[in-house]
Amino acid sequence: MANSDYKTIVKDGLWDNNGVFSMLLGMCPCMAMTTSATNGFGMGLATAVVMAASSYLVAVFRNRITTEVRIPVYILIVAAMVTVVDLGMNAWMHELYKVLGLFIPLIVSNCLPLARLEAFAAKQSPTPAFLDGLFMGLGFTIALTAIGAVREIIGSGTLFADASLLLGPSFKVIEMRLLPADMGVLMMILPPGGFIVTGLLVVGKRLMDLAAGKEIQMAGAHAL
Amino acid sequence: MKEFALMMIGAALVNNVILARFLGLCSFMGVTTRVDTAAGMGLATTFVITVSSMADWAVQTYLLDAYGLGFLRTVTFILVIASAVQFTEMTIKKVSPSLFQMLGIYLPLITTNCAVLGVALLLVEGKMGFLSSTMFAFASSVGYSLVMIIFAGLRERLVLAHVPRLFAGPPIAFIVAGMLAMAFMGFSGIATS
Repeated sequence: MANSDYKTIVKDGLWDNNGVFSMLLGMCPCMAMTTSATNGFGMGLATAVVMAASSYLVAVFRNRITTEVRIPVYILIVAAMVTVVDLGMNAWMHELYKVLGLFIPLIVSNCLPLARLEAFAAKQSPTPAFLDGLFMGLGFTIALTAIGAVREIIGSGTLFADASLLLGPSFKVIEMRLLPADMGVLMMILPPGGFIVTGLLVVGKRLMDLAAGKEIQMAGAHAL
Repeated sequence: MKEFALMMIGAALVNNVILARFLGLCSFMGVTTRVDTAAGMGLATTFVITVSSMADWAVQTYLLDAYGLGFLRTVTFILVIASAVQFTEMTIKKVSPSLFQMLGIYLPLITTNCAVLGVALLLVEGKMGFLSSTMFAFASSVGYSLVMIIFAGLRERLVLAHVPRLFAGPPIAFIVAGMLAMAFMGFSGIATS
């Protein structure tokens, strides 16, 4: 594959075709695990690892998987990768694992990995498939961190609180307090805030695309 | 009996699967453009959630716990759910062809609905008995169907509203969902679960 193709994969994954803001896939962790920027970041990274690994495996075995049974095979591959991440996080990042809890095994039924396997990895050789999974996953991480940051700043006035506890002591530097503690709007941390912030950020991405002179992506609108 | 009633109200309304636990959002956004399809999806999902949590309970108790295979839970549960969906599809086709026609393409999609796996995993965490876990699963899925139908009704009205172009489609739907979630927060305090 030519270099420009790799560039497109990276750009599509991170921004142009962002899993959350453009395709509106994988909404469940996107709302549930974004009460703080740190949670969103951790959830996004776990998903990125699963996506990169399962895209690579599906691309390796793409000629052996028959079309009739492909969906169960994909789900099983994703489930195996999720189990690996689940056990690994439990062992090495236990604090973060306790916060994310239920939503780590639920990566299995996140539609974003499955959508990329079906749309991309099943037709490509392993290297581009791996990169597509990785950068789609990183785009997902960016989206979750952004939603988490907005909700955390408005809701509790901090940014990346508890990062040193959840991600490791070296992350102490990014912990910030932007607003006094009593100014937080609790609604943003509670469930309604998740829906409203996500809706407004989708509008934000449309505005930025519009300012850059691109066509607004209404793709999600037709599917919905 | 009172505990059962409180638990079921808690599962259906207070800790609603969609609006409080954020499970099954893909179908919540995807198939709520019309009330009748939303109701069909709710019905089918209710059936699958109830059947698969009964099966998952048995698998967890007699297979995974009994032989210390807890680490295989995710893989096993997704297989059980996929088979439950397949079983549901075959049963409905045999018993009521007209209902099968109505649900059609939505049936296979239930496998990747995270509400199904989510409820099954919540039950394992809660360590409930067979009867109470089945009741919990049924009540949760009734709450799911309720919200699906309400939201579909809202969106049918939304189509007729003049929404700014930037907000058209998903963004305005999210904001309306946020308002619905606020309304459902009014139930908190009725029962805890």
